[in-house]
Amino acid sequence: MQAVKYVRAASVQDAVRLLQDGGATARVLAGGTDVIVQARERRREIRLFVDVKHIKELIGVSYSARGGLTIGAATPCYQIYGDANVRQRYPTLVDASSVIGGTAIQGRASLGGNLCNSSPAGDGIPAMIVLEGVANIAGPGGERTVAIEQFCTGPGRNVLAAGEFVVSLHFPAPAAHSGARWMRFIPRNEMDIAVVNAASQLRFDGNRVSWARIALGAVAPTPLLVAEAAAAVVGKPLSDETIAAAAAAARSAATPIADMRGSIKQRKHLVGVFTERTLRGAAERAQGAQ
Amino acid sequence: MSHIVINTTINGEATEFLADERDSLLEALRERVGLTGAKEGCNNGNCGACAVILDGRLVNSCCVMAAEIEGSQITTVEGLAQRDHLSPLQQTFLEDAALQCGICTPGFLVASHALLAQNPDPTEHEVRFWLAGNLCRCTGYDKIVRAVLHTAEQMRKA
Repeated sequence: MQAVKYVRAASVQDAVRLLQDGGATARVLAGGTDVIVQARERRREIRLFVDVKHIKELIGVSYSARGGLTIGAATPCYQIYGDANVRQRYPTLVDASSVIGGTAIQGRASLGGNLCNSSPAGDGIPAMIVLEGVANIAGPGGERTVAIEQFCTGPGRNVLAAGEFVVSLHFPAPAAHSGARWMRFIPRNEMDIAVVNAASQLRFDGNRVSWARIALGAVAPTPLLVAEAAAAVVGKPLSDETIAAAAAAARSAATPIADMRGSIKQRKHLVGVFTERTLRGAAERAQGAQ
Repeated sequence: MSHIVINTTINGEATEFLADERDSLLEALRERVGLTGAKEGCNNGNCGACAVILDGRLVNSCCVMAAEIEGSQITTVEGLAQRDHLSPLQQTFLEDAALQCGICTPGFLVASHALLAQNPDPTEHEVRFWLAGNLCRCTGYDKIVRAVLHTAEQMRKA
């Protein structure tokens, strides 16, 4: 392990100051399931861990019909998928957070950490994108809000500037007659990194799709919000034809690499398959909600 | 090297020890506290051999900094037995031969202990899903899963 120091931040302001003083080699420590391994394997130079789990805004889940859902950025996955409001109103977050790592990872890992690790394959990110999530960020210049689809800027890189960190994640209350679904492809049954992951949200006006969002992961340098795929299903009833058009648009938007997890051809194919499956899953959930 | 004093409760006993600030919880347990039950397998959160219970939640101790546990409650595999009496899980793992080389066994025992504490009547699917983060390279999974289900059955009858 690198010669890393550890400090507990007592408040948001305290964390901002510690991160600012620590400079480029200071890192936020939430669940630690990515960042401790990165420090040990020297994949990042880390000299200071700022533990944010003792800041009250960073832990917990709260929901109101008017305000929507707020999740403290360091809230561990088990607490997210165990929350009654999340289970009832945001099952898409359960889809993703209940399969990130195994039980012991979910005891620590957070969706805020998943976002800030900014892996192209981060399982939580497409789910948060289709739910119109935003990251509430604190920093030396005060607070700002960034849409999840604009947060990641490259593999392991994101919009956070020096001294900034994510305090919480926010999602609007689900619209009437809407549903969303997240899925991934892995060659095992569990405990693996996605070859492709995808999420869709649909809103219906009668039998017509009135609004849609489709997001993809592990097929570009960052998770993608694919507006052209969503446009292919909006304004018409969901049908085999509109789903096929969305899948084709999603395949065109994907620019995957080939690696040990999958070839370009396989990933492109899977993008189509999982666009279709998540659209059908979203429609099913919207029906259940009607 | 910078040393820090850590006060914590391990297996029900107030414990104070000196750690290197860069120690993981796994390193601190094994090298500072002398509890070598938790094993280092992958040291990156994939294998579960280092599993412990931290404030009621199953975690991989290789992915926790020792400095984080100040004021916490830890249960390791050494805390499962009551003096000379093995826990029901430990006894059943032995009787049902749910181990081969044994390196993964402490992790499986701690993870299974955490499962049965919150779900005394798990299905086979629930056991397999819960234990997905524990790897056995002898690949003796069936006997492990059956031993957990068997223990649950015995504990419900007791």
